[in-house]
Amino acid sequence: MNNFFHAFRRHKGGIIGLVVLALVAVMALCAGWLFPDSPWDIVNAPYLPPLSDDALLGTDTLGRDIATGIAYGARVTLVLAIVSTAVSILVGITVGAVSGFYGGKVDQVIVGFIELFQTIPGFFLAVVLVAILTPTIGTVILAIALVSWPPLARLVRAEFMSMKHREFVQAAMLSGQSSTRIILTQILSNSLSPVIVSGPLMVASAILLESALSFLGLGDPNAMTWGYIIGASRSVLRDAWWMSVFPGVAILVTVLALNLVGEALNDALNPKLARKRTS
Amino acid sequence: MKRIAAFLARRIVKSILVLFMIALFNFFLVRAAPGDPAEILAGQSGAADAEYIQKLRQDFGLDQPIPVQLMSYLKHIAVFDLGYSHRQQAPVATLILNQLPATLLLALTSFAFALLAGVALGIQAALRVGKWGDTVITTIAMLAYATPLFWVGLMLVLVFSVQLQWLPAFGYESVGTALTGFARVIDIARHLMLPAVTLGLFYMAVYTRLTRASMLEIRQLDFVKTARAKGLSERTVITRHVLRNALLPVITYAGIQAGHLIGGALLVETVFGWPGIGRLAFDALVQRDYSVLLGVFFMASIVVVVVNLITDILYTVADPRIELK
Repeated sequence: MNNFFHAFRRHKGGIIGLVVLALVAVMALCAGWLFPDSPWDIVNAPYLPPLSDDALLGTDTLGRDIATGIAYGARVTLVLAIVSTAVSILVGITVGAVSGFYGGKVDQVIVGFIELFQTIPGFFLAVVLVAILTPTIGTVILAIALVSWPPLARLVRAEFMSMKHREFVQAAMLSGQSSTRIILTQILSNSLSPVIVSGPLMVASAILLESALSFLGLGDPNAMTWGYIIGASRSVLRDAWWMSVFPGVAILVTVLALNLVGEALNDALNPKLARKRTS
Repeated sequence: MKRIAAFLARRIVKSILVLFMIALFNFFLVRAAPGDPAEILAGQSGAADAEYIQKLRQDFGLDQPIPVQLMSYLKHIAVFDLGYSHRQQAPVATLILNQLPATLLLALTSFAFALLAGVALGIQAALRVGKWGDTVITTIAMLAYATPLFWVGLMLVLVFSVQLQWLPAFGYESVGTALTGFARVIDIARHLMLPAVTLGLFYMAVYTRLTRASMLEIRQLDFVKTARAKGLSERTVITRHVLRNALLPVITYAGIQAGHLIGGALLVETVFGWPGIGRLAFDALVQRDYSVLLGVFFMASIVVVVVNLITDILYTVADPRIELK
């Protein structure tokens, strides 16, 4: 464990990423305190450029404060991304574990499904799903989870297939442990590092997906999100650049930070690979 | 030859299975949605009149039990009858086929851009590994990787259309100029530039990373040392030995990219008003014209399945070592 922290600390990008993520999280947590008004309230004149009085980042076409929107948007976007990633990790691990551990017919069917999901245009699938089931927090999470689980399932499956024949697993089988117990206590605990590495990257792509859905107007109508602010002011881009630029920067910075953390985790958990990459 | 034929047959069966699953998905999605399927298909915004909804019910047998409905739906899909758009007063299939060429043009251009720019940047980065040139390229790739597609589009419009006024920001060609021949091609190409770059940027980053990583790996292999040892120039070693082998993983990604390109086209065509099937899907979304939306999804899946089939074939031709399974 000490080794891990040491390796992670050596990765400057990872540290920067963590700091940025902490700042975004603090902004999300303190949104209500920093900006007491609701992000939907019209608090100012419309079309105020940034650095105006009482509107640091300007106001939108109706006079809603952009900075307030970004702070509250951080809440929605982060929660949605984390919950949907948690769901898809749960599904991905379960499906991958079953497929890799049992093999045979079950495996064939599951691999067929994974391939199906990786062939069809995922973003389209998410759009169709949310549009027809009507946009709510629940359908957005469902859609993001539905298109994000297959790569992880594939990863976990490969891990389980290689672990299955290792001696300690064979020993557990011989000692008469149940399959469920072997899966949970023997194999899963030893194959978590690829899952941990994919975690931040999956949250990052969930944020991108969620923003794209909200941009198209497919977010929950009661949830202020970064993508929504950009989508709502897209048509006035020529006259009011700040309405699109700042929320976009928020997305970019957050996703970039998550990618950096993911990379640092990868290097820390796979030291051999890291050394090879820099040589 | 026989092996290839059998392989192809299996692939085609698989592709049809994928399309069948998507048809099933569309069918059950509409029925899982809150409300009357006929009204959902007709568009919920109240534009559809009672007579039309009644006709829809009859056409799709929506008053019949679910299995009968499913059979009737699959029969329609099998002959590419995707329904009728009451709003646009045209069959959905016709609407889609009219808009498809624009999307294909956009997708192919951005694919070419992503591949050429990505491989070029990847090579340059690998040749300068650890120096500042490498750092600049890896940083660009990282940024392109983390930026939302639609936002890149908006920012490019802001810089190149609004500020610099170099390129048009909207549409397929200039309206009301009646250009012909070469002048028209140039005009369309100018309109194509920003959307194609936007759509290709993410995969440019992917290809940059892939090329860089695989060049660095292959550079250390024995056959490259042999090539150097026998006195080949650095240039020949790189182009003939390293690059050729480094490009294999890049080809693998081309098939995966098809799905992303079509999905991204939905966003890019919306931002740039590009008249393809993505724009059609967005308009359908806004107008709640769901038979068009589902039709575009089905068509997009057909395109992806066909592209995957083609890459599979190309792959086996390009690299005979690959097993046909």
